[in-house]
Amino acid sequence: MSAILVHAPGLFTTVQDLGREGFGPIGVSASGAADPISLRIGNRLVGNVEGAAALEMTLVGGSLTFARHGIIALTGADFGASLGGVALPMWTSIEVQAGQTLALGPSRSGARAYFCIQGGIAVKPFLGSASTHVLSGLGGFEGRPLRKGDLLEVGPANSSSQKRSLSPQALERLQPRKVLRVTAGPQSDWFAPSAWKQFFESSFRVTEQSNRMGIRLEGRGIPINPSQEMITEGVSLGAIQVPPSGQPIILFVEQQTTGGYPKIANVISADVHSLGQLRPRDEIRFERVEMSEARSLLIQQEALLASKELILE
Amino acid sequence: MGAWEGSQAAILAPLAGVAVSTPHRSGPILRPGAQRPKCIKAQMHKGLMRKEKTGKRKASDAGFRAASDQSLLVSFGQQITLQGHQRVLKLLRLLQAEPVAAIRNLHPAYCSLLIKFDPLKLDHDQLQTALLRYLDRLEEAPIPEPQQIEIPVCYGGEFGPDLNDLAAMHGISPAQAIELHSSSTYIVYFLGFVPGFAYLGGLPPALASPRLETPRASVPLGSVGIGGNQTGVYPMATPGGWRLVGRTPMTMFRPDRPKMNILQIGDHVRFRPISKEQFADFNLR
Repeated sequence: MSAILVHAPGLFTTVQDLGREGFGPIGVSASGAADPISLRIGNRLVGNVEGAAALEMTLVGGSLTFARHGIIALTGADFGASLGGVALPMWTSIEVQAGQTLALGPSRSGARAYFCIQGGIAVKPFLGSASTHVLSGLGGFEGRPLRKGDLLEVGPANSSSQKRSLSPQALERLQPRKVLRVTAGPQSDWFAPSAWKQFFESSFRVTEQSNRMGIRLEGRGIPINPSQEMITEGVSLGAIQVPPSGQPIILFVEQQTTGGYPKIANVISADVHSLGQLRPRDEIRFERVEMSEARSLLIQQEALLASKELILE
Repeated sequence: MGAWEGSQAAILAPLAGVAVSTPHRSGPILRPGAQRPKCIKAQMHKGLMRKEKTGKRKASDAGFRAASDQSLLVSFGQQITLQGHQRVLKLLRLLQAEPVAAIRNLHPAYCSLLIKFDPLKLDHDQLQTALLRYLDRLEEAPIPEPQQIEIPVCYGGEFGPDLNDLAAMHGISPAQAIELHSSSTYIVYFLGFVPGFAYLGGLPPALASPRLETPRASVPLGSVGIGGNQTGVYPMATPGGWRLVGRTPMTMFRPDRPKMNILQIGDHVRFRPISKEQFADFNLR
């Protein structure tokens, strides 16, 4: 018996988990939630393992009707959710009854909301993961964004009906940033000191052409050294490529696995979730940190996520 | 893949600039006189050059660059060579045969291997140290015998809309271009960009052609293209800037099969010209 009927899919809603690592040698990138921290917390609020499959909604949410009782949580950006017409809080577990309809609207802040349900969204895994890789049409629900009328299955629920919420202090500390911290990129020294300075002193606007593959920026073009010729090489999550136009592109979760543009910098792991909440027309800036600092920021972030005070029961 | 052709809001469409950046900017070779890319902080790891009686460089002569806080780029020179390719392949196979627990992913390319790792378990120096043991044993790497794969291609016409222009660019007839393209043996340097996209080296220099100035928003699945001195088959419909000379009826990427890719790194590939009728019959057999 299917558990959820998709009345309206929203603008772009896909099934995501924490992605599939290990398939770079065949050109398959990890994919996975664009804001993995919101996904992880949402799953914990409903008593799932952190990496259970959930729905990732983009900019405008949809509406879902439940065929069964369940425990859900909404995390990430605020899409003004309501259940049976009553406004719902975010970052907390909520019981839903058979026949009730959850409705989400346009985003009020940020780009992506996560809908987590106890038991997780049940789809056939592809290469060990439930996440949708949209360009290749693989994984997730039939390899594509949800459509009106889709029927979603939910995995077996556990018996926990414990009420859980994210601590307000943790929520504050995990707020997405608009000043993204970066380490030097593999071709940082291809850029003249003036280009490097300009990169850190300018602000950039997120364009409409941004998606899960990459976030396209516009701003004062970064001059690149035309005498250098790149040989295609593997590219990392958060790499900031500078093509000849000088307008940077940040490679994101559904990234190409290799690339041929020089990379001036790389967004640190602790700020990747912030990328997932960038909307078109957002203004962002970059701030340089050393590799050791990037690492300690990630360790701190993970310590917060592992702390007993994170989730209030 | 209508969603990818702008029928939905822009945020949904694949990032054309991102998607196409590789196939028409996957810089094949260093231009004569072009400066060699430098390693950041010039971190060529001297310790890796094993002392050797003959004085020859060992296969373990690798350079390291931190690409991000969770990835390390291991490079074998800064040129596309068969030797570099062999080293990448051997390191890849060794790491696949004897995985390092904290390594999450491997991204091979022409002369480098990007290693993504769990930064909570390792730092760059520790990974580099762990890799030395692998680099010292590159010659032992289990390299399977390369497969010899023949790919049928229907050249020209609607399947190869750029064939005539490409031939004219080189002052040869389309038939000569087909003859050249199908008489060479190519090597799969790596798979990258999108699932199953094989970068093939060995294009006759007489066919090397610049990428299209304006990339196509969607290249049909199975299209055979030429970009710079590379050639390859688009395993799925994606944006792309390579010049299309033909199309294969062969399915290059089959996610429902245990062996998803027809082509594996290191394989030898030849293209065989077929007629439109043979193309139409191919999947009926």
